[in-house]
Amino acid sequence: MLESVLVANRGEIARRVIASARRLGIRSVAVYSEADADLPFAREADEAVLIGPAPPAASYLNGAAVLAAARTTGATSVHPGYGFLAENADFAASVIDAGLTWIGPAPASIELMGDKISARNLMEKAGVPVAPGTREPVADVAAALAAASAVGYPVMIKASAGGGGIGMSAAADPAQLEAGFDTARSRAERFFGSPAILLERYVERARHVEVQILGLADGRVLALGERDCSVQRRHQKVAEETPSPGVSPELRARMLAAAVLAGQVVDYRGAGTVEFLVDVAAGSFMFLEMNTRLQVEHPVTELVTGIDLVEQQFLIAAGAEVSFDPAAVAPSGHALELRIYAEDSKRFLPSPGTITEWTEPAGLGVRVDSGYTAGNTVTPFYDPLLAKLCVHGADRAQALERARAAVAGFTVSGVKTNLGFHRELLADPAFCSGDYDTGLVGRLRS
Amino acid sequence: MSEVRAEMVANVWKVVAAEGDAIGDGDTLVILESMKMEIPVLAEDSGTLTQLAVAEGDVVQEGDLIAVIE
Repeated sequence: MLESVLVANRGEIARRVIASARRLGIRSVAVYSEADADLPFAREADEAVLIGPAPPAASYLNGAAVLAAARTTGATSVHPGYGFLAENADFAASVIDAGLTWIGPAPASIELMGDKISARNLMEKAGVPVAPGTREPVADVAAALAAASAVGYPVMIKASAGGGGIGMSAAADPAQLEAGFDTARSRAERFFGSPAILLERYVERARHVEVQILGLADGRVLALGERDCSVQRRHQKVAEETPSPGVSPELRARMLAAAVLAGQVVDYRGAGTVEFLVDVAAGSFMFLEMNTRLQVEHPVTELVTGIDLVEQQFLIAAGAEVSFDPAAVAPSGHALELRIYAEDSKRFLPSPGTITEWTEPAGLGVRVDSGYTAGNTVTPFYDPLLAKLCVHGADRAQALERARAAVAGFTVSGVKTNLGFHRELLADPAFCSGDYDTGLVGRLRS
Repeated sequence: MSEVRAEMVANVWKVVAAEGDAIGDGDTLVILESMKMEIPVLAEDSGTLTQLAVAEGDVVQEGDLIAVIE
């Protein structure tokens, strides 16, 4: 097993990785920015190293500073969490070149999936269904208009190097495409360092369903069930659940097989997620993208399978066998994750500030992965995720009931949170019925 | 006269309007960025932009003056 791990991340995910490391006897090293010195993850690690000022480019995105911290502390491996450097193939390669163990897939796998256009083309060639779309970057408005008329409206404008829903916008007709294209390009350049844009047919009534895969050290690829991530605001996830209420056993079998194929095509090792769009009307699915790292919403999979995915990441990175029997994975019950963001419940605008009160719910089937506690300051430098409130029940009805009680038992003061939104969501007839799609939050707010 | 103030701590990402511009109700004046989110700051009145109190790259605190429309 690994002797030690440097966690190149912050907040709840750093804390969660550190917790598994501690349980497994792996020495943990946190790195933190000047803004995060007081956060639980920096205090709970066996060692913590200040790597720079608050802006991400000067700290959590500064690969050289992260590697220097690994050298100073003698850390033997690096876990990137999600976001920041997690899908940076050059950083992964520099970790390996430094003689450390990279807890993630090979840099080549990251690279193949990192560019959305090349990933789409690769999947299409392998026989995984993709949405109608462009096979090369769209350079300007004229090219976009020509491509869109071939793809068919409405289209989604996406950054090829992008992710996390940032900079995405839909265009219903040529006028909207013309209006949105340059903004999309400048955002792509600014957020992802590449102005490459792709267009994809936009599916009106769609569910966003993803499959958790695990590439084992011996090369086998397993699918550990799906997660429904259709509750989104600004194309970003707010709540997730497994199993998906909108996926039949037959569709699930096909999606899991496609996800395994995607993993095999890129020779995947470790935890990864293959994202699909499910066309509710047609009952079909299309490859969206693959996230070559641990996913924010991985706890719902852990709750129904009983598998600690971070532990499996450690084992696979060390070249060892996983701790469960791959032939006997049997998900049980239903799990939900509610993302608790520092933002207001109506307009979803960010709310930095100092947390004066923080009380987490507890109880049967309740798991809270939090990054903050009372006295901590939520700064404007990072994403608004404060905590993930997860519940597990014998079935969906029980999970919903436990979620309602858990939301009622969660108290945060000092910053605004979206707990009010979650109360509303858990009372919404469409959400409760399970028959909802990615337009749900928009309809709740219209 | 109407004063436009910041609703939260944020960085000024883009300044869209300039002093002297004729502004309509609902026009975007500046775009702030906080927590990886872009937040357009809109005019809540029409008139002339007589003062623009921020520049790109500035950090604004909640309640800070962004612009004055007369």
